[in-house]
Amino acid sequence: MPASLGSVALGLAFLTSAFAAVAALSATRGPQADRFRLISRRAVYAVCALLSFCVVVLEIAFAGDDFSFHVVQQHSSIETPTFYKLAAMWSSQEGSLLLWAWVLSIVASLSLYATRDKLRDLVPYATAVMAAIATFFTGLMLFAGGVNPFATVDPVPANGVGLNPLLQHPSMMIHPPMLYSGYVAFTVPFAFAIGALVARRVDADWIRATRRFALIAWALLGFGLLLGARWSYTELGWGGYWAWDPVENAALMPWLIGTAFLHSIMVQEKRGMLKVWNACLIVATFSLALLGTFLVRSGVLQSIHAFGDSTVGPYILGLIAVVLIGSTALILARLDDLRSEKRIDSLISREAVFLVNNLLLVGLTAIIFWGTFFPLISELFTGDKASLAAPWFDRYTTPLAILLVLFTGIGPLLAWRRVSWASAKKVFLVPTLVAVGTALALVLLTDAGGSLWALALFVFAAFALTGLAQEFWRGAAARRRLSGGSLPGAMGAMVSRNRRRYGGYIVHAGIAVLLVGIAASSSFQTNRDVELRPGESTEVDGRKVTYVKPTVSVDDRAFTFGSVLRVEQGGETFILRPSRRFFKPTGVETGTIASFFDGEATSEVGLEAGPWNDFWVSIAPDVSAVQRQLGAADRGFRDCIRGVPGAPPQCASLAAMMRAAQVDPSRQADALATISGLQEATAARIAAGYVRDVLPATFRVIVDPLVTWIWIGGLIALSGALIALWPARRARRGVGVGVGSGLDAQKEAKYREIRDAELDHAAGKLSDEDFAILDAELRSEAVEILDREQV
Amino acid sequence: MDPQRKRTVRLVVALSVAVLLAVALVYTSFSASTEAKEPSELANATPGATYEMTGRVVKGSVDRQGEGLRFVVADRDGGGERIPVTYDGVVPDPFRGGREIVLTGAVEDGVFVGERDTLVTKCPSKFTAENAS
Repeated sequence: MPASLGSVALGLAFLTSAFAAVAALSATRGPQADRFRLISRRAVYAVCALLSFCVVVLEIAFAGDDFSFHVVQQHSSIETPTFYKLAAMWSSQEGSLLLWAWVLSIVASLSLYATRDKLRDLVPYATAVMAAIATFFTGLMLFAGGVNPFATVDPVPANGVGLNPLLQHPSMMIHPPMLYSGYVAFTVPFAFAIGALVARRVDADWIRATRRFALIAWALLGFGLLLGARWSYTELGWGGYWAWDPVENAALMPWLIGTAFLHSIMVQEKRGMLKVWNACLIVATFSLALLGTFLVRSGVLQSIHAFGDSTVGPYILGLIAVVLIGSTALILARLDDLRSEKRIDSLISREAVFLVNNLLLVGLTAIIFWGTFFPLISELFTGDKASLAAPWFDRYTTPLAILLVLFTGIGPLLAWRRVSWASAKKVFLVPTLVAVGTALALVLLTDAGGSLWALALFVFAAFALTGLAQEFWRGAAARRRLSGGSLPGAMGAMVSRNRRRYGGYIVHAGIAVLLVGIAASSSFQTNRDVELRPGESTEVDGRKVTYVKPTVSVDDRAFTFGSVLRVEQGGETFILRPSRRFFKPTGVETGTIASFFDGEATSEVGLEAGPWNDFWVSIAPDVSAVQRQLGAADRGFRDCIRGVPGAPPQCASLAAMMRAAQVDPSRQADALATISGLQEATAARIAAGYVRDVLPATFRVIVDPLVTWIWIGGLIALSGALIALWPARRARRGVGVGVGSGLDAQKEAKYREIRDAELDHAAGKLSDEDFAILDAELRSEAVEILDREQV
Repeated sequence: MDPQRKRTVRLVVALSVAVLLAVALVYTSFSASTEAKEPSELANATPGATYEMTGRVVKGSVDRQGEGLRFVVADRDGGGERIPVTYDGVVPDPFRGGREIVLTGAVEDGVFVGERDTLVTKCPSKFTAENAS
């Protein structure tokens, strides 16, 4: 019954989305426009409520083991831990489509609520775009076939197939939803951009209205990527934290273009430039987000994540085509409206650096795109599918990443519009000195000189981090001169009053730290396979590794072969316990003990993380002897039950029991219980033998420098994004709501620019002459706006 | 130079650099790529050339010998000519008979010799299409 409730809600969500789209289009003109605007907005809220209901119904089914739901039966089981029953929803294609539509309805509702009294000419089109996309995804679930989350199974099976043990990892709970939400949240800026283009409202209002959503999308996608990298790092054979796998690339590309977008919209906001570019970037970001959704589902490219061919691929591809063709046509039709209001004043200015950073990010994305889709490209031209491996990606992305780090440092040091050479020299002095010092120290004191690329990255990161620290220092010092107080207090006040600016700087610092971690760990990794017997030791990268003893345990789900390793490094000793678990296949009763080795296997790696090095070890136990003995035991049982001559005497009673069970079905359960009890005892006995016989095991040992800083850097960047997102104090009191429009917003933006310039001047980024010119310019621009208001 | 002309020159230079870089990218990607083949297509493979083999591990063919691994791979649809494989290095957790793999290596005397640590096993997330097969 719940399934049909869900179906009805989904059907209603589909109809309501379609209605919202139509109502929104009716709201663009005519005497009833205001009414239709309200109706379409409320229809979107209704879609959100309906889809929330769908998600609740599905999660209740997962939590309550309702195997009449096809999707629950296929992705969960009674034995699946409750925590993972809830996550099983998005391990399924149906569930992830529902998640897509649901998150879309949430962000659409939020964005429409935030703009409820604003942008009257533009919002209806944006509503129509978002509602149309919601119609597409709900329609996909209903009509594409095989992907309806509320499809039922009859008769209801007793148990489900279960969630793959590999996916039973805490990250499964958050990594997929984060990525999805990131993809989906980019719909909002995309829809508003389209609305702005259609309504010819191409000033920065749509950007101000959706900047926060773009930043949320960016942060969620980035966090999802970071979680995925972390998860992959702790799994065996997933290629470490990054493997240039197509699906990883698919998530990275919209993130990179989204990064470019977040920078270049500031240029449009402040200078009225780059309008075409911004429109193109957001279309590209959204298309790449759809492409990411498509790649995971399509099986077009070979990937660790490729989940087999699916039915929805062609539809999503169709949507991408519509989005790309439609948007391109629209941008071309509006080229005249999109002309820049100004030109770049000077190459030494923040907007010029933003332009360079944009080109680098787009170039980086183009390279990754080419490499990811190369199998298809090469098939087109040569008839053979050929693919590009990690070294190719590394070769091209490394130099660009290094330049990006440099620019994360340069950008914050420069003011908007123009900076005289003299004041530029002043702000660059200390960071440059620190960079040179770092270079010398690294070459003389460490062996970092062994990799020139890594060395360059370290030096540029030192430059960037010093530059950012200097920004905080000078800003706080200037503030203290103006208003007194302690330095930390001044810094806190400074950050809280300029959240966007300093939040952004913190993101930059986090990215620089993250890239240092990547450069160090990829260039200076030690990676060895060692075969050890219990009691033996070996030396890896100056550390003594001893295989102290094997361990083994058996339960009704899995065989676990573990080990105790002692690692001595310097005066420090730590114990690691890598293990490997072999799971029984779920959902099928094989009746043999050896079937443990037919199911999934998972590795628990041993990891000792530290600020300087991570020590990572996994084990490949030699289980062939155990497997052989289990096979023999299985054969013994079979012979026993069949009553083969020469079987041990105790078999007679067992065989008799089985014969009786065949005649009388009511005794079957007893007989099976007896046998599985015997099987478990046998399994435990054989397992014990694994510990007794001093068997060798192969260990993969990795010593990875500075890996921890990847996670720390990522979290620093995330916290910076949160600071930038946090609403300003005035907005929280409800005066500005944070989403401005029209002259008020322009005034607001101009005041902020003036304040920025004052801050830059106080912090020594702008010389007195530079500031005088800039301030005069800004003030006359402000007066212009005020004049317009008077009219 | 008048500003209009200066901008045109700048644009032309930037575009030429972009085109040059793109050509380099295209050129190296064709030479650096490895051809993807299924086992049945490897019968007439060039000896010594590196291929990226995609296929399905034949159930029951996996044999672990010390650090090494031997198994047989069939085409992804399970048919076609099969090829024996040897491989050293990290074995991903999901690897077992019946799974789809991607492995880089070369053919030597009818045996596909995998390069160390290049074995990729598809994440067996249970989507309907896979269950149907």
